[in-house]
Amino acid sequence: MESIVNKSEELVDEFSFFEDWADKYAHIIDLGKNMPPLEDHWKTPEHLIKGCQSNVWLHAELKEGLVYYYADSDAIIVKGLIGLLVRIFSGQPPAEIVHADLSFMNQIGLQQHLSPTRSNGLASMVKQIKMYALAFQANKS
Amino acid sequence: MASIAGTLDVVQIRKDFPILSRKVHQKPLVYLDNAATSQKPQVVIDALTNYYQNYNANIHRGIHSLADEATSAYESTRRAIQTWINAEKPEEIIFTRGTTEGINLIAYSFSQINLAKGDEILISGLEHHSNIVPWQMACERHGAHLKVIPINTKGELDLSGLEELISERTKMVALIYVSNALGTINPVKDITEKAHKVGAKVLLDAAQAAPHFDLDVRDLDCDFLVFSGHKILGPTGIGILYGKEAELNHLPPYQGGGEMIAEVSFEHTTYNVLPYKFEAGTPNIADTIALKAAIEYMQTIGFDAIAQHENELLSYATRQLTAIDGLRLIGTAEKKASVASFVVEGVHHQDLGILLDQDGIAIRTGHHCAQPIMSQLGLKGTCRASFAFYNTLEEIEFFIHSLRKAISMLR
Repeated sequence: MESIVNKSEELVDEFSFFEDWADKYAHIIDLGKNMPPLEDHWKTPEHLIKGCQSNVWLHAELKEGLVYYYADSDAIIVKGLIGLLVRIFSGQPPAEIVHADLSFMNQIGLQQHLSPTRSNGLASMVKQIKMYALAFQANKS
Repeated sequence: MASIAGTLDVVQIRKDFPILSRKVHQKPLVYLDNAATSQKPQVVIDALTNYYQNYNANIHRGIHSLADEATSAYESTRRAIQTWINAEKPEEIIFTRGTTEGINLIAYSFSQINLAKGDEILISGLEHHSNIVPWQMACERHGAHLKVIPINTKGELDLSGLEELISERTKMVALIYVSNALGTINPVKDITEKAHKVGAKVLLDAAQAAPHFDLDVRDLDCDFLVFSGHKILGPTGIGILYGKEAELNHLPPYQGGGEMIAEVSFEHTTYNVLPYKFEAGTPNIADTIALKAAIEYMQTIGFDAIAQHENELLSYATRQLTAIDGLRLIGTAEKKASVASFVVEGVHHQDLGILLDQDGIAIRTGHHCAQPIMSQLGLKGTCRASFAFYNTLEEIEFFIHSLRKAISMLR
C-alpha cells in the first residue's frame, strides 16, 4: 500500500508540468468529469456537506481496517478537487488520515480552495474526511 | 469595440480609487461585484484617517474642542444626506449600521404599536432576506400574516393581483426598490400610493437604488427608506434610516442606552428627541463622517452621468452575454439597474466564479441572499456581474472573453 506521503508527492509531481492556471484547472475539470458518480442512494441530506454554493456529498466505509471514500458534487471543479482528496486518502488506515497534513495542496497552488473563508465547502469536506477516519478509529479501539 | 460618448472621464475617475490598480492572480483586477459593495475613493479613506489622526473624540456631550469638531463633522453628514434625499428635516435621518439594521428597527418598533393578530405585512417576491426575515419575526410575535407580491418570468413584480393583496388589514408594505439579484427597478411610487389609500405605511429598501440614482423621499412619499453607506462608496458599518418625522415620533425606541435618553431614574426614563431617540450608545463616528465624503464624491460626478454610463455598460454587457451560446439572462425587466444575472446551460455558477477569479475578475455567484427569487424561478443560483460608474467597456470586453474561455473549459 502506498502511503499518504507517497501519494501526495506523486500528485505534486503530476501538477508540476502545468505552466499556467488554465492548464491546471483544465486537468482538475478532467478529473471531475472522469470521477465515477456517487450512487443516488448516498446523495442524502446526511451525506451533504454544509456551507457550500454547490452540493457536495461524501460517504465513507471501513473495509479490512482501511477507509474508502466516495464523493460527488454538482460543480465540476469542486468535484475534481474532491477527487484529488479522495485519491490521497481513500484506502488508508484511519490513524494515517487523522494525522495527515495537507501541505501538498499548497505545493500544487490550490491551498486557496481549502480556506474556510471560501464558500466552496472544501474546508468542511476535509474536516468531514478526518471526522469519518476519527470515528472509525474510535470504533476500532 | 464600442465606446461611450458620455461625459464621464473614467480614466481620471479610476485614479481616485487606489484598489482599482491592484492585481489579482497577476492580472489587473476587474471588479464587477459592485452590488455587494462598492470600492472606496481616496477622499473617503482620507476622511477616515483624518478623523482618527486629528479630531477623534466622543460626540455630543463634550465641551472640549475635539468633541465639538467631531460633533460638527458627524452632524454635517446628517444634513448632507437630508439634502441629498430631499428629506424635510435633518431629524428625519437616523444613522444605523446598515440597511439590515434599519429594517429591523422599523420591523420591531412599528410592529410593537401597530401590528395585531390577523393584520398583514406585504412584501414582494424580489426581496433580499433582510427585508423578509425581520417581518416574519414581527408577524410571529404579533400573530400577523406575511403576504407576497408575486413575480413574472422576466423578474418584474406581477401587480395584476395587487388590489386583492393590499387591504384594510395591510399595516405595512415593505418593498425592495431595486432588486439586488436581478437589477429590476420596481414601480415603488405607484405601490406607495395604493398602500396609503388603505392607510398602510411604506418602507422602501433602497440599498441597490442609492448607488445608481438620486433618491427623493418627498416625491416617493414613502414613510421609511433605508440604505447602506458601503454600497455608495462609503465605509461599512454605517447606514441610513429615513422616516417621516411624525412616523418616527410615534414609534417607541428600538434600543436603550446612552444618547437616546432625556432623563433617567430607577423608576422612569424619558426619551430623547429625534434623531437621538433611535441612536443609543456611542455611534459609528468615523464611518459616518467619511460617508459625507462619499456622497459628495458621487454628487460631484453627478447621478445623471453615473446613470448614463452604467446604462451603456449594462446594454453592452447584455448584448455580449446574450450572444453566448447556452447563456440565459435572469432578470430581463424593462427597467433595470446595472446588474447582469445569468446562468449557463450545463455549467455550474460556482465553477464559472472560480475560473473568472483566476483571470482577476470578481463577480458573485449563488443565491445573492434572495433564495425565494431563485426558488420562484426554479434556479439554484446565478452568476451576477454588477457594474459601477468606474467600470469600463474594456473591462466588460475582457470579462466576456474570459467567460467564453471558462465556458469552453467546463463543457
